[in-house]
Amino acid sequence: MYDPTVARLTYRALLGRRRALILGALPLLLLVIAAVVRALAGADDQTAVNVLGGFALATMVPIIGVIAGTGAIGPEIDDGSVVYLLSKPLKRPTIIFTKLIVAIAVTMVFSAVPTLLAGLILNGNGQQVAVAYTVAALVASIAYAALFLLLGTVSRHAVVFGLVYALVWEALFGSLVPGARTLSVQQWSLAVAHKVADGDMVTSDVALPTATVLLVMVTVLATWYAGQKLRSLTLAGEE
Amino acid sequence: MTTLSIDHVSRWFGNVVAVNDITMTIGPGVTGLLGPNGAGKSTLINMMAGFLAPSTGSVTLDGQPVWRNERIYRHIGIVPEREAMYDFLTGREFVVANAELHGLGAKAAQKALATVEMEYAQDRKISTYSKGMRQRVKMASALVHDPSLLLLDEPFNGMDPRQRMQLMDLLRRMGDEGRTVLFSSHILEEVEQLAWHIEVVVAGRHAASGDFRKIRRLMTDRPHRYLVRSSDDRALAAALIADPSTSGIEVDLAEGALRVQAVDFGRFTVLLPRVARDHGIRLHTVSPSDESLESVFSYLVAA
Ligand SMILES: Nc1ncnc2c1ncn2[C@@H]1O[C@H](COP(=O)(O)OP(=O)(O)O)[C@@H](O)[C@H]1O
Ligand SMILES: [Mg+2]
Repeated sequence: MYDPTVARLTYRALLGRRRALILGALPLLLLVIAAVVRALAGADDQTAVNVLGGFALATMVPIIGVIAGTGAIGPEIDDGSVVYLLSKPLKRPTIIFTKLIVAIAVTMVFSAVPTLLAGLILNGNGQQVAVAYTVAALVASIAYAALFLLLGTVSRHAVVFGLVYALVWEALFGSLVPGARTLSVQQWSLAVAHKVADGDMVTSDVALPTATVLLVMVTVLATWYAGQKLRSLTLAGEE
Repeated sequence: MTTLSIDHVSRWFGNVVAVNDITMTIGPGVTGLLGPNGAGKSTLINMMAGFLAPSTGSVTLDGQPVWRNERIYRHIGIVPEREAMYDFLTGREFVVANAELHGLGAKAAQKALATVEMEYAQDRKISTYSKGMRQRVKMASALVHDPSLLLLDEPFNGMDPRQRMQLMDLLRRMGDEGRTVLFSSHILEEVEQLAWHIEVVVAGRHAASGDFRKIRRLMTDRPHRYLVRSSDDRALAAALIADPSTSGIEVDLAEGALRVQAVDFGRFTVLLPRVARDHGIRLHTVSPSDESLESVFSYLVAA
């Protein structure tokens, strides 16, 4: 199921200089925000929740997920170099699964690690806020990576669609239409974070069992479907 | 023995028919797929390589379907037309990765790099390679697993004469070893020099098939068109049309010239100066008006 060569090629493509810079920019911004807030407002649990929930989980994690998830396969399909993977006796689902693992790992490293650090800076993990949001970022990384890997497989405009989903749906639409919040990776991961943090410091609109089922379902279905799409991916000449 | 069978294959993109009901069998040896740009060569090769589903018809390799059958790649090596590779790798890393994806190791990669004579630059990043070097590394990646069928889309594009010769030698050797080698090109001379067998595709259709002598004959036996300007176009026209080597003459008033269509090329080239001399007509211009390969191809299709 996992091919180390596919993984190596994907890591090197994802962590190439330019993309690594983009991947590093938001985490850096988060750490700067955390440091400034801590310096100005002192250690405060609610402030920590606001920064980690409002910026880290709502904005940074999905954007990192878009870059890593679509970047794990989209550019290869766009420029045609995916032909070197497709012209091998490799099962297509193996290619997808391997790329998923890489995308998850990269998303986790670039989102969960800075979330934890920012949480520690903000309030020293008071009421388990830092750890709760770190867990949420880890959980969300899996679902985002799977969703955006699928998007990168099926669409040439994956990055744009991904950003629209991440920013418009997760942030904006979700707050306007109550039902939309049930279908939000962010809310699912918050349901997990709720269990970790003390009391009601972190809340979610979705109950944990529902969130768990939806997370697993989305991840598995997106990955399976991406494998199917890759099986019938056609490579035609440039027009 | 590796035989690739293309059976009544068509492929359209929306309204564009890129490949139109082509049936052909590609056997061992070197086959050239010849056709002008836009003829459908890449589309056909993509279907042969299992990267594109035929709209109708089927492509099989020794009876095995090629589409949606990744095991077939144990036997196929592909050199795609597109440039994109993993440019951030060195040539060696790239070929080693291709070998690993076939379940092979660095030894197979090294052998392939030696075959294409790229060892000297194997540790440079692909992004620094010239077009010919890229082409050779692509070739090495296609050879790592010792495939019995090799598909190459416009492999000589952008190569200098020396590189072209090297690759031709290599492909000839592959053919001599009994492999099935198919390459596409829009240049007749290239195909003539290398291919034992030629398949001509024009406007999506299978226009001709045979060895280079047969294709040459088809190309030279077609009517030749000339644009002729002289001191007395009318008198010249009257004298030329009397000879059976001339099948048609048009007086082009706008151009102030004759458009002559000759069926017998050899005879006409002797006839024209003689007739002119006999009638005291001075020839100002005699130029072939459709020597482009394009027009040769369209003639083949109309036939
Ligand atoms: N992906 C595609 N979408 C639409 N039309 C295409 C596509 N690929 C090729 N075509 C069209 O099919 C025809 C054949 O193209 P192609 O196979 O690339 O020709 P060749 O390789 O002989 O130059 C052309 O008219 C081209 O515009
Ligand atoms: Mg082409």
